[in-house]
Amino acid sequence: MAFDKMELRDIEVWDGNFAAAQALRQCQVDVVSAYPITPSTPIVEGYAKFKSDNYVEGEFVMVESEHAAMSGCIGAAAAGGRVATATSSQGLALMAETLYQASGMRLPIVLNIVNRALAAPLNVNGDHSDMYMVRDSGWIQFDAFSPQEAYDLNFVAFKVSEDHEVRTPAIVNQDGFMTSHTAQGVHTIDDDTAFNFVGEYKPMNDMLDFEHPVTHGVQTEEDWHFEHKARQHNDMMTIVPGKIDAAFEEFAKLTGRKYNQVEQYDMDDADIAVVCMGTSVETAREVAKEMREKGIKAGVIGLRVFRPFPFASIANALKDVKAVAALDRSAPGGTPGALFNEIAGSLFNSDTKMLLSGYIYGLGGRDLTKKHLVDLYTELQANADAGKVLTQQQQFIGVRGPKLAYL
Amino acid sequence: MANTGWDEFEIGAMLRTFEGEAGDIAATLQEDRKYTENSSFSASVADWRIEKPIFAKDYCIDCQFCWIYCPDISIISRDKKMIGIDMDHCKGCGICVEVCPTNPKSLLMFPELADEETEIAQWPAKEKKEK
Repeated sequence: MAFDKMELRDIEVWDGNFAAAQALRQCQVDVVSAYPITPSTPIVEGYAKFKSDNYVEGEFVMVESEHAAMSGCIGAAAAGGRVATATSSQGLALMAETLYQASGMRLPIVLNIVNRALAAPLNVNGDHSDMYMVRDSGWIQFDAFSPQEAYDLNFVAFKVSEDHEVRTPAIVNQDGFMTSHTAQGVHTIDDDTAFNFVGEYKPMNDMLDFEHPVTHGVQTEEDWHFEHKARQHNDMMTIVPGKIDAAFEEFAKLTGRKYNQVEQYDMDDADIAVVCMGTSVETAREVAKEMREKGIKAGVIGLRVFRPFPFASIANALKDVKAVAALDRSAPGGTPGALFNEIAGSLFNSDTKMLLSGYIYGLGGRDLTKKHLVDLYTELQANADAGKVLTQQQQFIGVRGPKLAYL
Repeated sequence: MANTGWDEFEIGAMLRTFEGEAGDIAATLQEDRKYTENSSFSASVADWRIEKPIFAKDYCIDCQFCWIYCPDISIISRDKKMIGIDMDHCKGCGICVEVCPTNPKSLLMFPELADEETEIAQWPAKEKKEK
């Protein structure tokens, strides 16, 4: 059964959701098993439309829940297909149990998470609570800051995830609404070039190989569970980072768009820096430039890869910076934010004199304004000048009521 | 396998059923198949059984009811003759005893540590049916 190719202009005006759906089409995903949830629905809806219009050869499985959606993906991946789906927030929470199954079974699946707050109170807007919730689930996690990156990172995710030495599922995050529903110019790749980048799917230990029957999803108790989890972690720590770099390199050769696990903006001579993810990176970059006009050497680090956490790269990028702010867009529930903790961990046993402070911001889609960032950079510069953190280590930005600061 | 390290497994906690290719598996008897040591045919999965069935051949009429009803394929039968019970897979559920139609039953449940020969020697007598 042949399918039709789609003529794309060099630059199309796409939002993040449609960009991701186009990438799924161009990768010729065999199975999408999905359940709709705002704001991720248009991704799987887009794939379904491409399929019914004969632009993709595959199966769309409609299920009764996100738990079933990922279960369907696991079955299809174990059977030996290229598999993807998308979800957000509550959907991801319901899917969480099966995420651990997918990673433990070493099945390459690409999951687009359109980041959204977790209830209660119910909220459909963007923050990183869902991304953080599954950070220990054994999935690779990429973060897109724009529709262009949501498009590009899907190709990279398939490439890395399906590598036979990796065989680990991958998440591509993008901010709910700010990226998923904001249309921007997206540089496209033509169908053949895009497909050739990811290549034909190469099955491994697939259940449809009847000459070599395999059991997936086995039970191991205290006798073997630890060994399998150790292997999973080892491969994340030692194999995956190199594969990601290689995929970024190859993608750059193809498109001229170069990605890095730790994206650095104005960091060469920076005295102070903000580390964040998602659409906040763009806002911070703009403010950093304005601070530089005032003579303050401000920089920005955008975290492109959240798992495996790029410990060495981030430590290297920050070691000579005087004051750094870790911006976490998730309610930490009684601890510092995840980025604060990871960055502190990456530099704790080094001789850096870097001062670190953490900020919780943007919950439930609350805007991070340029004014917030100007104030934040000003605070960081004061820390750098004083040689110590003058505020408490954890502060909240943009919340109404008396100022919140802890630690 | 006892000393296998974390780096010596195939990834994904995935287990192979056979050594090499399956071949004409449907026409090959279980005992002639090349099962791997990890397959649930080779490995015992009966270690939580606390009661076991004992088979008294003298009363069996080879009706195959136990073979059909056993949920763990643990009744060994060849050429429609009941041979015995696969104790590496039997969980001791007692369904074979329930469905056995002979009088006395050809299969009865006993504690796991009961001795087979002793129990067969003192097997219950035929029950008189009350009219």
